[in-house]
Amino acid sequence: MDMRRRQFLVSGAVIVGGVLLGTTMADLIGPAEGESFDGSPDGRFPNIVLHGHDGGAYRFYDDLIRDKIVLINMFFTGCGDICPLSTQHLVQAQEMLGDRVGRDIFMYSITLNPELDTEPVIRDYAETYGVGPGWLFLRASRDDTELLRRALGFVDPDPALDADLETHIGVVKFGNDAIGRWGACPSFADAEEIVAGVRTLDPIKRA
Amino acid sequence: MVRNDIESQRERARLNRMEIIDAKLSRREMMKYGLLTAGGALVAKSGLSIRAASAGGAVTSPATTPFIEPMRLLKPHVGSRLQDDLDHCTATVSDDPKEAARAVHQLWNGNEPQVVYNFTQKPRLYRPHPKLAEQNIWTFRDFNKDTESPLAMIHARYGEPSMVYSHNELPANHKGYGNPMVTTHLHNAHNASESDGNPTDYFGPGTYKTFHYPNMYAGGDEREALGFLWFHDHCMDYTSQNVYRGLVGTYLLFDRYDSGNEEDTDSKAIRLPSGKYDVPLVIENKVYDKNGVAYFDLFNLDGIIGDKFLVNGNVQPYFEVDRRRYRFRLLNTGPSRFYQFKFSNGMKFWQVSNDGNLLPFPIERDSVSMTVAERMDIVVDFSGVTDNIVYLVNVLEHKDGTGPTGKILSTSVGDKILQFRLGAKVTDNSRVLTKTTELRRLPDINMSEVKKERNWVFNRRNGAWVVNGELFNRNVVNARCQKNTAEIWNITNASGGWSHPIHMHYEEFQILSRNGVPIKDGDPEKSRKDVIWLHPNETVKIFVRFRDFTGKYPLHCHNVVHEDHAMMARYDVVDDASS
Repeated sequence: MDMRRRQFLVSGAVIVGGVLLGTTMADLIGPAEGESFDGSPDGRFPNIVLHGHDGGAYRFYDDLIRDKIVLINMFFTGCGDICPLSTQHLVQAQEMLGDRVGRDIFMYSITLNPELDTEPVIRDYAETYGVGPGWLFLRASRDDTELLRRALGFVDPDPALDADLETHIGVVKFGNDAIGRWGACPSFADAEEIVAGVRTLDPIKRA
Repeated sequence: MVRNDIESQRERARLNRMEIIDAKLSRREMMKYGLLTAGGALVAKSGLSIRAASAGGAVTSPATTPFIEPMRLLKPHVGSRLQDDLDHCTATVSDDPKEAARAVHQLWNGNEPQVVYNFTQKPRLYRPHPKLAEQNIWTFRDFNKDTESPLAMIHARYGEPSMVYSHNELPANHKGYGNPMVTTHLHNAHNASESDGNPTDYFGPGTYKTFHYPNMYAGGDEREALGFLWFHDHCMDYTSQNVYRGLVGTYLLFDRYDSGNEEDTDSKAIRLPSGKYDVPLVIENKVYDKNGVAYFDLFNLDGIIGDKFLVNGNVQPYFEVDRRRYRFRLLNTGPSRFYQFKFSNGMKFWQVSNDGNLLPFPIERDSVSMTVAERMDIVVDFSGVTDNIVYLVNVLEHKDGTGPTGKILSTSVGDKILQFRLGAKVTDNSRVLTKTTELRRLPDINMSEVKKERNWVFNRRNGAWVVNGELFNRNVVNARCQKNTAEIWNITNASGGWSHPIHMHYEEFQILSRNGVPIKDGDPEKSRKDVIWLHPNETVKIFVRFRDFTGKYPLHCHNVVHEDHAMMARYDVVDDASS
């Protein structure tokens, strides 16, 4: 079976089943027969539905990740801690990446606080920071948000810190789904470091 | 120096934002949106907490029957001494478009290469256990996949400079974890910055880079001799993934004293077990998916703790040994697991090095602890052992990337890593070690050389790693250390319950104290080190010299998953005054 096809089926199963917690993706996903799975994260993302500050509805994997170069971080608008600095640095990174953002690079900031961060709130937040096209601020149901947060590894091993929104993980994952390459750096890192990370995802030209 | 402190940046960003918002939104609207509480404070601790049992990606390896395959031996890579090859080496970058850019090799004159090595990094097929899949791993050289360890090895000698041509033939279109951009770091070597394999100096597929290894004593002081080093890929953001893929080798460095000949007639020779009795044991920790292919969790920020233990490339092999003395060179390649090793029969042995550098005298031990990237040479005597089977056992419990739990297991329930099958008693001309056998004297610590004392505080901030309150930026020099001076560094772990292996490139250092308690003679840490096991809330004070070369070097956590999430700082060795 084709990898993408399997991906789709598994993602569907996740949505239908509602929860994935306690089941590892490796249990759900095996390589196609005769194909050696090389450890790439194909199939690990829950295909939950998120709503963007633009009013659109998106499936996490199918619409936001598949075959794209992406930056993903989690935030909430009321964060008086690390989010303002992260968003400011990500705005600078977006400017440095220029018109590639929206073309082959996409940025996603997913709220940890979906009840308070309603669509108008995240739209205002994006406007406040001067966020350009190609960067979506997104919200999902609380359960789906939690599912996604765990799948992305934005989890602190200390339960007390993990339960506290103020100490949420300030990391931006950067990845290229087409080649299964993922890295990460602090979301409040200097924009030039964030951009250097994103550049490692580009196809390499031989000398 | 420009302050790049996260706390002050954060405060500025917050104020910035408040100004923008104030200009745009009324207070009432902000309260409506939940940005402010009635009292005017920003909303805090809203308490999103749906604690689930485990994060995604927890994979358990298939069962593998232990001790059914012989341990593979590392084979020394053969270099060329042909004049044509030596003449081809240049301090400057050649006009070959395939040669990667670098600075001119320092201290070239007088250290021209006498040996030339070629490494070709590419995927090669290997099966780490009969129950696991034959799979592509990344290695530095070709090897016989049925008989040899896939890990590379160089035997080098002081006074014999070498040049390594490191060819990157990894697939440019590689898919999956790992990045085919590489930079080869020779860990512990006293090398110039351009040959150090700095994380940010990676080069791509289809190119090569030359590394000049002068094999010179730091400061010309033979007490600074290094013995057991290793090389590994160090690509920024991808070190853990590329090392996990297999880009690992060992580097054994000999001199007149540690000559690699147990029958050496030179009265100054230490005569440790040599030849087939001098055996690197490279310990890797991995997890395999249900198809038996090495699995790397790309969404784990804390550290990869595998359930399979490999020695020299194979999962839990056996090793047929003679009943005599052996020199085992233990290396923990991580990515994140810490160990405490014992033998199943409880036998004692001699620790003769720390981080691969010979101690002043052997220390009798019944266990050694090793964090990631540490090396320990131990001399084990099987001649008096009555059992026919002995195991090397890890007794340290370690469950996640925060560090070991601290619980010491009994050897019966610990992880059996390697099985020794004891054979016949044979001739042994290696030296009989005692507590007074002179190995290598420590260089003097002369405080009058100290020109600067620095503090390095490793902390955690919203799941990210900060050093002295700053995040890593490759273009920001966090410290400038003047060449031919010494410094005192206080290295502090303020990251809560985490343990970290902190590593500095370039020169080995001596630990002066842990939490204010001086390191005494006879302590295994009274030695020359390049990795510090930093327990939670510890401060370790070290003395370090900067000699011979200038340029940039990193100081970083060698839990390579932490390192790949920017737990790193940059220091430069400079000709000018320190700053």
